[in-house]
Amino acid sequence: MIDESKKKRLRRSMLFLNCQKPSLIRDPYVYKPDSIMLDLEDAVAENQKDAARFSLYHALQEINYRGVERVVRINGIDTPHWQEDIRVCVAGGCDVIRIPKCTCANDVAIVEEAVYNAEKEFGKEEGSVLLMAALESCLGVINAFEICKSSERLIGVALSGGDYTKDLQTHITFTGIELAGARQQMIIAARAAGVQCFDTVFTNLDDMEGFEAETEMIKLMGFDGKSLVNPRQIPVVHKVFTPTKKEIITAEKIVREIDTKKALGIGVFTVDGKMIDIAFYDGAKRTLMLAKAAGVYEGDLV
Amino acid sequence: MINAVGRDIPEEVMAATGRDIFRGTYVNDNKEYTKAAPTVRAVCDPKRSKMVASIREAIEKCGLKDGSTVSFHHHFREGDYIVNMVMTEIHEMGLKDITVCASSLGKAHDAIVPFIEDGTITSIYSSGVRGKIGEAISNGKLKNIAVMYSHGGRVRAIEEGRIHIDAAFIGAPTADEYGNLRANGGKSNCGVLSYAYADAQYADKVVAITDTLVPFPNIPASISMVNVDYVCVVDEIGNPNKIATGAAKPTTDLRKLLMAQYCTDFVVAAPYYKDGFVYQTGVGGASIASTIYLAEKMRKDNIHMSLGLGGIATPMVRLMEEGLIGKLVDTQDFDLGAVESIQAHPDRHIEITGSEYANPMNKGAYVNKLDYVILAALEVDTHFNCNVITDSTGLITGAQGGHPDTAAGAKCTIVISPLVQGRSPAVCTDVTTVTTPGETVDVVITDYGIAVNPARPDLMEAAKNCGAPLYTIEELRDIAYSIVGEPRKIKFGEKVVGIVEARDGTIIDVVRQMQEYVFDD
Repeated sequence: MIDESKKKRLRRSMLFLNCQKPSLIRDPYVYKPDSIMLDLEDAVAENQKDAARFSLYHALQEINYRGVERVVRINGIDTPHWQEDIRVCVAGGCDVIRIPKCTCANDVAIVEEAVYNAEKEFGKEEGSVLLMAALESCLGVINAFEICKSSERLIGVALSGGDYTKDLQTHITFTGIELAGARQQMIIAARAAGVQCFDTVFTNLDDMEGFEAETEMIKLMGFDGKSLVNPRQIPVVHKVFTPTKKEIITAEKIVREIDTKKALGIGVFTVDGKMIDIAFYDGAKRTLMLAKAAGVYEGDLV
Repeated sequence: MINAVGRDIPEEVMAATGRDIFRGTYVNDNKEYTKAAPTVRAVCDPKRSKMVASIREAIEKCGLKDGSTVSFHHHFREGDYIVNMVMTEIHEMGLKDITVCASSLGKAHDAIVPFIEDGTITSIYSSGVRGKIGEAISNGKLKNIAVMYSHGGRVRAIEEGRIHIDAAFIGAPTADEYGNLRANGGKSNCGVLSYAYADAQYADKVVAITDTLVPFPNIPASISMVNVDYVCVVDEIGNPNKIATGAAKPTTDLRKLLMAQYCTDFVVAAPYYKDGFVYQTGVGGASIASTIYLAEKMRKDNIHMSLGLGGIATPMVRLMEEGLIGKLVDTQDFDLGAVESIQAHPDRHIEITGSEYANPMNKGAYVNKLDYVILAALEVDTHFNCNVITDSTGLITGAQGGHPDTAAGAKCTIVISPLVQGRSPAVCTDVTTVTTPGETVDVVITDYGIAVNPARPDLMEAAKNCGAPLYTIEELRDIAYSIVGEPRKIKFGEKVVGIVEARDGTIIDVVRQMQEYVFDD
């Protein structure tokens, strides 16, 4: 059984951590990310995959990550590593497996079958491990919608800007122009399929202003969160993605008013001088849910 | 005998060092005593010169002999050449059984280790020791038990006459031929000569060593000619690049920033955060970051610090220049910004003596006026005792500095440490070596959250309101142990190689000889 609340949880920040480095994976929860992404793929040298799996397994088993979601990026299904990676992820009890270089729905199906088999092998409940797909190629981006719909386990899709821009025959410009199409395509596909959508990393750590501007842009585009390469980026993302006090108060009013007005048979009315109808209801609810998940709203409207 | 922090001090160590066990931080309040006095050789004849041609000549004129005590200051930090120059000369003269009474010793003094091994130096008094001297002491190479005292404790020991200095060798960035010494205006400026002041006043003979002789009068002098016997000019007294470095770049390590944030949030929530408060902090990454955060709050709240105390670095200087700090009262300069500031702002950036800073047995030192002090520690235990001297293998590798002095004086003593340092828990059941008693430590700040000493229920409210996760100290320890396990006790040898002196000269703990690790079968 898929746990829907687990699937739809708050994922503003997803911090990449190299499984090869115990000092990194020991206690990243002190930085309070929503999710961590323990990497078995590109950060781990080819001849160290086994050692990284070993430390991953023990980290998953021994460390109490205090509510931080544990995503593992496995090696691609075109490598000799991915099946063993999946066995270790499932046996260790991670929350989500991130499938790299996903190009089509069938890639997800292949991983899902291996996860299912591993769940049986290690006596885990079916559906205990969720999936997410990283789109790193033009093919993956063009197939975004079928990938988003490919599995019950799929929490969402993430853009991997580095590989994608290579495939596009350009490079990261920090203007966003090269990623505009992919971002737009992916967020529309994700929303149409009812899953989440995560933006690519921002690698220039000296440009915190540029990072904040990019985060604000992808938030306005509709993204749920962003992959991060350094803990310093976490507070910035959380600031951008957490509703302000004013937004929360307005959302509360809208939800309350719509609930009361509905009972009175009124469809359209004004809140603080703005016209409000039922179309605003879900958005306001979402703001409150986001605020509650972020720990800044303690009311009972969601 | 068991002392006030629960350490069992062997009676033979008490006998050998002539010291009582530690009985509490404030037990000497109101005690009366008579200070020591030096033997002075008068200079009546205005024609007599104080200049000597060499360090050798100075040593001879001081009449040093086997068993003498010589003293040094550590204002040149890791750039110091004085200790090695003087001790090499003493060694070449064949003197034995010398006691070195330094305000601190560091890696710059690795070269004197052979003199420890051959019996030239048989006693060491220092705030702490790093590098090879630490290894030599920890491995039992020093004949007598080393004494590690705090900055305030050292001045007390000298003023009380517990230590009698035969000759003080004072490195001075500038000197005139009559012995007026300043810390600025030369090639190797160190800003202040605070810790050398007691040496100048209480040593029988005082030798100034400089590489920049300036015309008389070299005033205002940190150390006056009335206390100086001889002046010696050498090529270099130190390495300026290691004496005063450029300002450290503010840390970008989020873990340190997190601790700094928790620290500042607590400081601001605590009752002493009001206009005119008095504050001291260190130069570690988290300390500097917390100073920067605190400044942001002060600007917003229109609150000013009346006094910034202790070792000074550029961030505090900038706040003074901005008007957020009224006065800086300085005992040591950690970087060029501080050295430049004390010259540029003689009205607001003031040099004080070690006694004024921290001596527990004068008529009231600056540390007693502190509202907050922010300190670091290698280990803190569930009794809030701190260790700043021995590392996770039991090796002597740090210095007390002003840690116990400021902790005892401040209304609110805050110790910052990451919960886990490498593979060692920094919060533990019992520290390896007690340097600062828990009764003087009020709040522990870690990357996981903060803990308040139960002896300070009045700070609990601030801790609850400040927004940082609040734990008991035992909970913090349990989290640390849950991550890295509970370390087995370090296996020391039997021999006591050092004592940690409390501020009042009693024994708060002992350090034993290292023992080669043997794996269990």
